[in-house]
Amino acid sequence: MDITDFYDTFFEEAEELLADMERHLLELDVDAPDAEQLNAIFRAAHSIKGGAGTFGFDVLQKTTHLFENLLDHARNGELTLRRDMVDTFLETKDMLNDQLDAYRNGEEPDQEAFERICQTLQRLALEEIGKGLEAAGGEAPTEPEAPAAEPKAPAAETEAPEPVAEADAGEAGGSGRRVVSLLGVGEKDRGLLVEELGQLGEVIEHHGDETRYEVVMESTVSDGDIEAVMCFIIDADQLEIRAEGEGSTVEASKPAAAKAEEATDPAGAKEAETATSAQADAGSAPQDKTDKPAAEPPKATEKPKPSGKPKPKAKSGGESSSIRVSVDKVDQIINLVGELIITQSMLDQTVSELEGPANGNLVNGMSLLQRNARDLQEAVMSIRMIPMDFVFSRFPRVVRETAGKLGKEIELVTEGAATELDKSLTERIIDPLTHLVRNSLDHGIEPPEAREAAGKPRTGKLTLSAKHQGGNIIIEVIDDGAGLNRDKLLAKARESGLNVSDTMSDDEVWQLIFAPGFSTAKEVTDVSGRGVGMDVVKRNIQGMGGHVLIMSTPGEGTTIRIVLPLTLAILDGMSIKVGSEMFILPLSAVLESLQPSREDLYAMAGDDVVLKVRDEYLPVVAVHEALDVSDARTELTETIAVIVQGEGRRYALLVDDLVGQQQVVVKNLETNYRKVPGVSAATILGDGSVALILDITGLHRLSREKKAARPARRAAPSLETVNDNELETSS
Amino acid sequence: MNQTTDAALAAAEAQNSEFLVFSLGDEEYAIDILKVQEIRGYENVTRIANTPDFIKGVTNLRGVIVPIVDLRIKFHLDKVEYAGQTVVIVVNVEDRIVGIVVDGVSDVMTLSPDQIKPAPEFGVTLSSDFLSGLGSLDDRMLVIVDIDKLLTSDEMALVEKVAE
Repeated sequence: MDITDFYDTFFEEAEELLADMERHLLELDVDAPDAEQLNAIFRAAHSIKGGAGTFGFDVLQKTTHLFENLLDHARNGELTLRRDMVDTFLETKDMLNDQLDAYRNGEEPDQEAFERICQTLQRLALEEIGKGLEAAGGEAPTEPEAPAAEPKAPAAETEAPEPVAEADAGEAGGSGRRVVSLLGVGEKDRGLLVEELGQLGEVIEHHGDETRYEVVMESTVSDGDIEAVMCFIIDADQLEIRAEGEGSTVEASKPAAAKAEEATDPAGAKEAETATSAQADAGSAPQDKTDKPAAEPPKATEKPKPSGKPKPKAKSGGESSSIRVSVDKVDQIINLVGELIITQSMLDQTVSELEGPANGNLVNGMSLLQRNARDLQEAVMSIRMIPMDFVFSRFPRVVRETAGKLGKEIELVTEGAATELDKSLTERIIDPLTHLVRNSLDHGIEPPEAREAAGKPRTGKLTLSAKHQGGNIIIEVIDDGAGLNRDKLLAKARESGLNVSDTMSDDEVWQLIFAPGFSTAKEVTDVSGRGVGMDVVKRNIQGMGGHVLIMSTPGEGTTIRIVLPLTLAILDGMSIKVGSEMFILPLSAVLESLQPSREDLYAMAGDDVVLKVRDEYLPVVAVHEALDVSDARTELTETIAVIVQGEGRRYALLVDDLVGQQQVVVKNLETNYRKVPGVSAATILGDGSVALILDITGLHRLSREKKAARPARRAAPSLETVNDNELETSS
Repeated sequence: MNQTTDAALAAAEAQNSEFLVFSLGDEEYAIDILKVQEIRGYENVTRIANTPDFIKGVTNLRGVIVPIVDLRIKFHLDKVEYAGQTVVIVVNVEDRIVGIVVDGVSDVMTLSPDQIKPAPEFGVTLSSDFLSGLGSLDDRMLVIVDIDKLLTSDEMALVEKVAE
């Protein structure tokens, strides 16, 4: 086994820690920092440093080290936080992210950036700590850069990917010279282990055989940490750690007395710390030190292993109830459950054809199976669901920075952060949402002066909300800004050569902002105004099977509403029949269905037909024409018109029959085939056959293309080529 | 490395390969048996509109949606009918699963390299790019199809090209 196997775990965890750190940094109240928050930030930096050290990610380790020191001073009150300092911290956090990415890709991080950030941090440390100490007065002088002047030094040089476990271990350990005994460890692993121990401290000597191999080492690291590292390679019961000269095994849960000792001597050995700074240290954080050990032992005993050692994977509190599973595995389960549902409905169909009392049990069993299968499906689908908090949590930062750049005062409110959404969708919604938020900040909310002049509070309010509605999730970006300006939009649209008229409905006018290359911003700013983006936003959201609506009231603000399906894997569908073929329409797109009467159908130039539905003329899309179904009803009044909505427009789809509503498992056509126009995906019906799920806008496009192709053909039939035969079959 | 020439090396690799022999009308074709996943009947194929006529549609292969290609139409055979003998050979091509409709599967044959002759330049219907060679066995001639190349080719329109 190789330590590199744990890289991925480390990367993932470090990423989470950084996200955590960012959240805390943003929440931090500069004037009255919350001690718990500072601690949390410190712990995150500390844990990353530990991991980086073990895995040999030098640059990352050094950066976090400096960062950690600074944070340590901050949480000890030796450093007065300022807003720009928090900005620097955030920058550092980004830097750490970059470094992490570099390591993940097997590259060395950018050296220049590293040096720059180090200098910044060192300068901050020098300036601020100096000041802080003066202010505190009388306190023992500390080394300005103070690499080791941190109470948690014992744990600092070790690793254990889990932040809490590690922090615990740091307190629960001892220091100084000790004997690590490896019991029943093969020669190959022994070499690896000694090497590992070498990274944790200084190995003085090692000897022994397979049954008992003793390593004498000098280390500032706690026993718990040594154990945590070793346990990557061997089992806990193969390991024995005791202080030199001591006979018994030292367990991770040492008596509180040992802790006190540790507190006064924070193992400065490695860093050659001076006694004074050690004292200063002990003095500065006694609270933290003495409180925790007392709380430790019970925690340790809770852990499943009898040795009571903190396992590297163990988490504290609510976190311990989660496991990490690869998305592939989850998807596989979802697929299998989908199959189960299909098989179940196949059986169901067969059973429903049976008659007679003898089948009573079978029928009962089937209904039970059906219920269980549905429950199972629901439960499995929920695995993929993650709360919107995952998305919303990054916006405080975006808002803060954007508002800063624009010189606006903005308060961000999030609602419904617990609303759950499919993971793949959550990841894909981030970019479009970021764009919308920036846009609202830039164009929506007015500068403070303008707001005051309009009789509104100086501080603009931006609300991000998420909620479930039916099978959809609705995400809204609401600002209380000036609202969209109809005249300006229309003028701008004319200028950019778009086809607009003054009689357009507000909805249609608002949709103009999604036209490519459209921007009403007076000048291009760093934030927005280039006119690229909004169309991309719309496309992205449509790509996820959703759509965007805009509501705006002049002077009061704008709401941009994104409607997305909860999941891409399952769809509420309406099965329709055209000729002998079955298709599925996404139920979310279906508004109503009706039988068209002759007087409501109007022919328009060429082949076009519109259907009048309650004072609205809807383009008619004959499904059999678009999809070349040969045995469909062609008499318009005999068909059924399904009024559907796609990309904000309505169409009347002509179909032969409505069959029913059902949930279908969406299967990608592109896995083994390719994208098909007019079809978004496929599904498997109860009888095992495949039905295509129709893409409404694609269908409309298709039918238009066909109509466009036809007159041309009439005019010049001789020019027809063999290649056209695929389009020809319909006529 | 010893002094083997490339041709000899390739021959050694291809030594005694096994082929699945199938018929399209009166002609006999063969494909590398390692590409074949399974053979099943032709049934329950859902038509897909606006695709070339040789793409019969898609079918459900134990929960996986698989496109079905009729090679008889692709190769412009006169008689295309779906009878009891008509089978679908499910092949694995570049991580994709594709079913090909043929008139029947006859047997599995082992061919040694010297039984495989290079394919002559053909006409338009079946470019010799898609052939690995012609196999001769007594008085039979097998057209050995490079199914990978054929099914991923542009003219089969089975695979979406990145440029699109």
